[in-house]
Amino acid sequence: MTSDTPAHQFQEDSAVSTADFEHRQWMQDALHGYENTRGGTEAMFGDFEQARQTAAAIKWEAIENLDTLLGEFADKLEARGTRVFWAGNGKEAVDYILGVCKEHGAKNIIKSKCMTTEEIHLNPALEAAGMQVVESDLGEYIVQLREEPPFHFVFPAMHLKRDRISQIFEEKLGTEPSSDPEELTMIARRVMRQKYCEADIGISGANFAVADSGMISITENEGNARLTTSLPKVHIAVLGIEKVVPKLEDLSVMLQMLGTAGTGQWLTAYNSMIGGPRQPGEVDGPEEFHVVLLDNHRTKLLADPEQRDALRCIRCGACLNVCPIFKNIGGHNYGTTYQGPIGSVITPHLRGLQSYKHLSFSSSLCGACSETCPVKIDLHHHLMRNRRNAVQEKGGKMERWMFGQFAKVMTHPKRYRGSEGLMRFGAKLWLPFKGRKLDPLKAWTASRDLPAPAPKSFMKQWQAQEREQEEGKS
Amino acid sequence: MSGREEILGRVREALSVPSHAGVKAVSGEGVRDVRKARGFLPDGGATPEARLKKFRKLAAKLKAEVEVLPDLAAAGAFLADLAKTEGWRQIASHRNDLTNSVLTSLKVPILWTDDEPGTADLEQVEAGVTSCEALIAQTGSVFVTGKGCGGRALSVLPPHHVVIATLDQLLPDMLAAFDLLRERYGDNPPSFVSFITGASRTGDIERILVLGAHGPKRLTILIVGN
Repeated sequence: MTSDTPAHQFQEDSAVSTADFEHRQWMQDALHGYENTRGGTEAMFGDFEQARQTAAAIKWEAIENLDTLLGEFADKLEARGTRVFWAGNGKEAVDYILGVCKEHGAKNIIKSKCMTTEEIHLNPALEAAGMQVVESDLGEYIVQLREEPPFHFVFPAMHLKRDRISQIFEEKLGTEPSSDPEELTMIARRVMRQKYCEADIGISGANFAVADSGMISITENEGNARLTTSLPKVHIAVLGIEKVVPKLEDLSVMLQMLGTAGTGQWLTAYNSMIGGPRQPGEVDGPEEFHVVLLDNHRTKLLADPEQRDALRCIRCGACLNVCPIFKNIGGHNYGTTYQGPIGSVITPHLRGLQSYKHLSFSSSLCGACSETCPVKIDLHHHLMRNRRNAVQEKGGKMERWMFGQFAKVMTHPKRYRGSEGLMRFGAKLWLPFKGRKLDPLKAWTASRDLPAPAPKSFMKQWQAQEREQEEGKS
Repeated sequence: MSGREEILGRVREALSVPSHAGVKAVSGEGVRDVRKARGFLPDGGATPEARLKKFRKLAAKLKAEVEVLPDLAAAGAFLADLAKTEGWRQIASHRNDLTNSVLTSLKVPILWTDDEPGTADLEQVEAGVTSCEALIAQTGSVFVTGKGCGGRALSVLPPHHVVIATLDQLLPDMLAAFDLLRERYGDNPPSFVSFITGASRTGDIERILVLGAHGPKRLTILIVGN
């Protein structure tokens, strides 16, 4: 097999990682810990299920009125001195941000966690233009030093044990080895303090865009986003157009749902709303505030009348944490910005159905994702819809012919009975090759068993038994 | 700008196709109403006593320190003690009636953010003392704004954040805090508002909780009043 396509790459990498039992256990323990914490926090709610309904209704209203709400959001921001840029695709967004950086002669950029900038590959572009870019979120910083993408879009370094983290710090920062998470965190704190003070520009994402107030809302635990958006003279926020909520008051529900579903905390340490650059009468804050609103195929997903609810997603990561596929293969194998069930649902819309349909097929359809989603996205049915669409658009001829034959056999008792004999004969020819190099069913037998057909069918066995009983009676 | 019209045009075109039945997945009267949803969220407590109890409980879970003190003088004395035990050489704060009266007797040099000190100077102080807009019982949060509470950096850059609040500032829930924001600032809210819930923390290394990831390692909340 070659890794010329995302599907082949996915298969190859997943075969390797599913054979690593130690790593699988590590992930499952971590995610199980998350599930326990979240369960306890849900119990603090008056009625978590009802709160979920409200959260879904808020985001649905936002999606259904996206045009007016986006307009309102941008108008309110601009009225207080924010520059809003509408980017149709990743390149337009990157070019605009590069332009702002160059205009200010920026050398040092500090970033707080933002998956949208991963999506548009902002860091390599800034680095190619000669700027130093530092990720300030601890998990993001660790994977940045390791030159790898985030493993999980909420817990970027969850795949790494402390010794690996100590090792990369030792290598890249020249620090002493340590097996104490607190000591390791303090190393990053010291490095980052320096970076905040040097940074010319801070780049952040946003969790919500509040239309009626013209504010972005950022949820975090570390305080890195607050420092990134407070200290540098220029702040650029990059967000997808689907981040909208209609009203400021809606955050009273959304922020608690995000904290609970995402991390199991009833609220993260800092939930901050930013509505402009420093205003008259304020003592600090950036002189310039830019908001980059990114489409990048989101309108394509919006145009799908069956799947547009996927735009309700608040990127809490809950569906990854409960997904049996994610738990076993981990995040890197997806080869996408957004991993797990939500990534498998939306990536075909963002990057092409045929190239990423394999993700929708790599699912047990257990529905755990839909059940845990705080905004009630119909995730596992969307995986089925992606499968259907992929086949309708470009079905395999061989596959269609085989299913045609299968249907013919299965719907006619005589043909079915005839096929039994054929199966037994075929199995006899095949058995000597089973599991060997020349096995035509190798793709199946490499990791699964295929037992030979029973010598007598169930129907024949039943009939024989009935006959015996009849004879016994008489 | 043309980008705006182009994208909004695409949004409108996409929305011109009606959604299939079942996509919405939520229905029912009042399901969208955030005031009704109050009852579905964690409870903030019906009486001031219940709120204080709830606030203390959540703050303790978050390892934030809460002190309820009878008057401003007692808050001043508490701070003086804290300054001694922590060995404060310099702190930062902002000027308003509450901070002025509590800090007046403190014998530690104070950097006032009203005078717009540089980041490098603010980074050197041992503690940031701020007032707040409100306390939130439902979540154990401190609600601050850039305009009312000494700016954006004061409550996040120093390693110890001390909040001075009064008992009547304790609100039941986040929704009440947003109502207060509208009441106090109308259509022109501060450019920065934040709910601070516990000290800065991270679990990025093996999900083990570490306090003081980038922001304050300690959060102390002084509540004045009976």
